[in-house]
Amino acid sequence: MGRYILRRLLNYAILLFVAVSLTYFLAASQLNPRVLWELANPPLPAETIEASLRAKNLSDNVPLLERYWTWLTGIVTGWEWGEQPRQAGDVSEEIGRRIGVSIRLITIGILGGITLGVVLGAWTATRQYKISDRVTTFGALAIFSVPVFVLISIIQVLATTWNDVTGIRVFEYIGETGSVGSYPGAWLVDRLQHLLLPTLVLVLSQAAFFSRIQRNLMLDALGSDFVRTARAKGLRQGKAVMKHALRTSLIPTGTYFAFSVATLFLGSTFVEVLFNFHGMGEFAITTIQGQDVHGAVAVAAFGGVCVLVGATLADLMVAALDPRVRVS
Amino acid sequence: MVTRPTVRTTPTQPSGSATTEDHPAARRTAAGEVVLSVRDLHVTFPSEAGEVKAVRGLDFDLRAGETMAIVGESGSGKSVTSLAIMGLHPSSARITGSVRLHGEELLGRTDEQLSRLRGKAMSMVFQDPLSALTPVYTIGDQIVEAIRLHRDVSAAQAWKEAVELLDLVGIPNPQSRVRSFPHEFSGGMRQRAMIAMAVANDPDVIIADEPTTALDVTIQAQVLEVLKRAQRETGAAVIMITHDLGVVAGIADRVTVMYAGRPVEQGSVDDIYYRPHMPYTIGLLGSVPRLDAGEKQPLATVEGNPPSVVSLPPGCPFAPRCPLAEDQCREVEPALVPHAPAHSAACHLADRVIRDGLGYADIFPVGEHAPGALERLPREERETVLDISGLKRHYPLMKGSVFRRRVGTVYAVDGIDLDLKEGETLGLVGESGSGKSTTLMEVLNFVPPTEGLITVLGQNPAELRGKARKALRRDLQVVFQDPMASLDPRMTVFDLIAEPLHAHRWSKADTSARVEELMATVGLDPAHVNRYPGQFSGGQRQRIGIARALALKPRLLVLDEPVSALDVSIQAGVINLLDELKAELGLSYLFVAHDLAVIRHIADRVAVMYLGRIVEQGEVDEVYDHPRHPYTQALLSAIPIPDPQTERTRERILLTGDLPSPANPPSGCRFRTRCPRKPALSEADQRRCVEESPVLLAVGTDHTSACHFNDVDRHVDFRA
Repeated sequence: MGRYILRRLLNYAILLFVAVSLTYFLAASQLNPRVLWELANPPLPAETIEASLRAKNLSDNVPLLERYWTWLTGIVTGWEWGEQPRQAGDVSEEIGRRIGVSIRLITIGILGGITLGVVLGAWTATRQYKISDRVTTFGALAIFSVPVFVLISIIQVLATTWNDVTGIRVFEYIGETGSVGSYPGAWLVDRLQHLLLPTLVLVLSQAAFFSRIQRNLMLDALGSDFVRTARAKGLRQGKAVMKHALRTSLIPTGTYFAFSVATLFLGSTFVEVLFNFHGMGEFAITTIQGQDVHGAVAVAAFGGVCVLVGATLADLMVAALDPRVRVS
Repeated sequence: MVTRPTVRTTPTQPSGSATTEDHPAARRTAAGEVVLSVRDLHVTFPSEAGEVKAVRGLDFDLRAGETMAIVGESGSGKSVTSLAIMGLHPSSARITGSVRLHGEELLGRTDEQLSRLRGKAMSMVFQDPLSALTPVYTIGDQIVEAIRLHRDVSAAQAWKEAVELLDLVGIPNPQSRVRSFPHEFSGGMRQRAMIAMAVANDPDVIIADEPTTALDVTIQAQVLEVLKRAQRETGAAVIMITHDLGVVAGIADRVTVMYAGRPVEQGSVDDIYYRPHMPYTIGLLGSVPRLDAGEKQPLATVEGNPPSVVSLPPGCPFAPRCPLAEDQCREVEPALVPHAPAHSAACHLADRVIRDGLGYADIFPVGEHAPGALERLPREERETVLDISGLKRHYPLMKGSVFRRRVGTVYAVDGIDLDLKEGETLGLVGESGSGKSTTLMEVLNFVPPTEGLITVLGQNPAELRGKARKALRRDLQVVFQDPMASLDPRMTVFDLIAEPLHAHRWSKADTSARVEELMATVGLDPAHVNRYPGQFSGGQRQRIGIARALALKPRLLVLDEPVSALDVSIQAGVINLLDELKAELGLSYLFVAHDLAVIRHIADRVAVMYLGRIVEQGEVDEVYDHPRHPYTQALLSAIPIPDPQTERTRERILLTGDLPSPANPPSGCRFRTRCPRKPALSEADQRRCVEESPVLLAVGTDHTSACHFNDVDRHVDFRA
């Protein structure tokens, strides 16, 4: 098992290297950091611009392969992912800070969302076509079909209304922290207040997705012969469902789960932008808008790592749930 | 065999006093006492087309230690009956009547109350062992679960019992196999595990729903033996649900024949097999190809199809298919009434059948077997249409997803020789995994095999290109196993049959004429050409498949299990049709089947395959009456014969274990690991089996067998 994973990781490393290199070529040839200097007021002399660009390894007068080599040796020798244009500091510092933000933002949201989704899906499957199933299905489809920024706006409007009507500021929706009270543990309360709404959005959208998947998987499992066998042994309906159908139907969900975790790091852009969290999703947009070659490549590299970690996680998850995979 | 720690619930209540409401099982029964009593059972499902009356009035009493078979074709209501007794029917079903276990009513009980009985007082073995066990728990977990649900024993004790149960059902190394997952077990072993689970709590009633239908014959024989042993150990009553009349003859004491949701005949197994009163039963028995039939007897053809149970017309549901039917049959449904002691039939004409002693040949049209012109010609003088020599097909066994590498070879077909003369039928038989389907695909694929040469009508198809290839395709056609899957549901029957004609550029007028002609040839109404396959029954669909194969007037037809997906009464019609077509059109058949009785009926010559090799080959009666290879002997001995007397006295050669993997075949003789002949041989002789691969040796005119010791026990009769 250990060797298997090791070999797998090696494959991934090669894959990742190729992908990131290609992204570098794409970003370095398509983004144009020079305009950032050219737009400066008062205008800068051409030599100064060229010098600044060369200092940051961004000049398009240097051959692409040479820039690529400089960039690559920087990473290999000193884990330097390059500098951002017109700002001091290495990209990796920026990303280090933002990953922390992203983790704080999405952890509860995704865990809560998936758990709720799985539970709802499994439950509604056992109650197929009853009122509870139809209501849940409708709710999930409604959340599904509403674009996430509309959902966020609706929630923000509702929160503001609540705050205004009650006069108590329960809901916060800007940034990670705000005015911290002076009582013990106030910082925690403040953070949680700020997390509440974005987490709610993440939970709702994840739960909507997972409840649909889980419901279908569970329906398949419920109709399967082994559940009937379990019932014939003397298990009651509920127990047979929990013990035999649920466990089996969780196997494919494991795969989705791992990928969701990984992709949500970069996929929660709207939530970050609209709630003013400076996480990775927001950074992805900023780098491209800001002609930030090194930033864009670093984001792509991070995304790649996320996907590959997700794939590995998915495999481990499936191996844990499914003995058929484990043994061979 | 182990002595099982039987934890019999002791009879605590004196009989007659009020028993615990939920525990009728607490009273044990002496042999012969009625355990389960079903009265006037009706099961109805709502459906979009109307009410499905799946079971319409079923009565029976089941005594301890007795086996009752419920026989019927698909849709007759036999499985629904079993689920209704267990209370496992879908919640939409409406059930009326009475099901009494030890005299206490089960219908109307809550799921909780029934749960205490299921798996304890009555248990069930399902049809498909591949899907009936939960894939994520070990076999042991699942048996232990069954034990601890009903009895308050420690986990350690339950595991110990699980091991003993696996031993009882004949799983080798039960100590370690108890920790295996279902996917690590073969089909036969899983079914044994299912039986172990069913008897874990010493039930009074075991319901087995087609328990061997999904298994190979040699494995079927093993599993039926295990089921009988389990019944002996527990003294349980068994309800055996099956469509296989051979299995019934071997295992049942009493039989209930069901048709369109109704019991149409009930009686002892001998009464039903030797003195059937109801034309349906008579037709059913007459339509089974017999393994022990010496000469070719055409099968009884029960025309038509079982009715839909959604909207039954008045009268006897069998009347439309019954050649004896009179006016009263179409008006009043006959009641099930006794015509002899303990033998009842639902037929207005039963008295006439009994008085005149009518057999199936008197009632049903039987196909005429007229040998064609070719068949009268001696074999040597006929043209060879298919010649296979030294055929090998190996598949690489690959592993890894990114860096794929070869880790072994699957020897699917490993050196076989076959020849097929014009106007002849060659049957290819063997268990699943023996390589018979691979052989067939090699003939059809027109690509060079791994080794060897295939010659079709004197040509090597692998070397043909363009027009010549297409011309050969025309002469070689195929009929597939599953008539549901092999016909495009979105094409009309006309388009389906005309497709090969279009491909070979027939004119429009010729095509229409040919399609009409073909419809008539295969016994379908030419007016139905604009219907879709979905509007036809299984047997009719297979006829469409045959019509399509015949469209281009081929000379060689390759048939891959063409009747195994069909019900018995339907199967007979298709077999008769194939027989007639062969004689009429001078066709040659390469006929692949796992049902040896069908092969005996239809084939002229037979080749028995085992693990990619042919172990015995020859003229069909010669091979069946004087089998010389131990595998053929075991195979023939494993097949149940629909004759209770024969079944009772038969001594079976039971093979041990499963087919070895074709990726890792045994050295020397491939059959040696399961060979019943080998243990009796001397040590030197046994070494020969391990080291030397046997070749096909002549044991008669047109009869070869690949065994070093063909002359050991040469007179084995599968009937004895």
